[in-house]
Amino acid sequence: MNETKPAPVKKVLLILSKATIENVYACFILANGARMEGIESEIFFTFFGLEAINKKKLNDLRVATVGNPAMHIPTMLGGLPGMEAFATSMMKKEMVKLDIPPVDEFLEILTASGCKMWACKLAMDMFHLEKKDLYNDIDGVLTVGGFYERAAGEGSQLMFI
Amino acid sequence: MTTTLAGKEVNVNAEGYMTDLNQWTKEIALEIAQQEEVTLNEKSWQVITWIQEQFKNEDALTIRKVGKSGVTDIKEFYELFPNGPLKKASKIAGIPKPVSCI
Repeated sequence: MNETKPAPVKKVLLILSKATIENVYACFILANGARMEGIESEIFFTFFGLEAINKKKLNDLRVATVGNPAMHIPTMLGGLPGMEAFATSMMKKEMVKLDIPPVDEFLEILTASGCKMWACKLAMDMFHLEKKDLYNDIDGVLTVGGFYERAAGEGSQLMFI
Repeated sequence: MTTTLAGKEVNVNAEGYMTDLNQWTKEIALEIAQQEEVTLNEKSWQVITWIQEQFKNEDALTIRKVGKSGVTDIKEFYELFPNGPLKKASKIAGIPKPVSCI
């Protein structure tokens, strides 16, 4: 028998491009879950994903109720005033039950766990954001090329969210 | 299934997690720690005791709870039990593998 063990994932690099709660939490849970398994993890915040590290916005992220068939409500109803806030508060209640932290605390957990976090330079320019507008403990501002360099090495995986 | 740890026969599952905390001793913990390439210091033992208390109280273990334990913080927890802290600490503490994703 000549069985070789498959090569393990050593590093996951997540690109977060959206700031709806479900996307941000998917990204954070994947990044944190990797660290919990002893896998390196990094997040590149680009386009609307930057809202997740924007000090003024990060604790006010919402669920998308329009254009989301999995909500099982008609799109037109999803667009009514208050629907987004209602769906968001429902989801937040469920998350509290599962001991899922709010965004600011989750960022602190990720920092403490050794997850590296980068802001996209182009998106920052586009949204007129400066480093002082962002969560204090991000590791820096990178170009796309700079982020790809960080993916070097065997066992690295890139994921777009 | 059973295995021999620190000269004692103990019940474990297929992944080597102990299935009976009553069989746990410090000597066994030291041997599991050695297998997992973890060096235990005074703080590690405090964390292990805290983890066992959580298990006895039937509280599911998460990284967040460890951070709020008052015994250690998350950064230190990662340093004490490198490469998968929650799993390694649970294994050494003689409790089942944690099923939490957070």
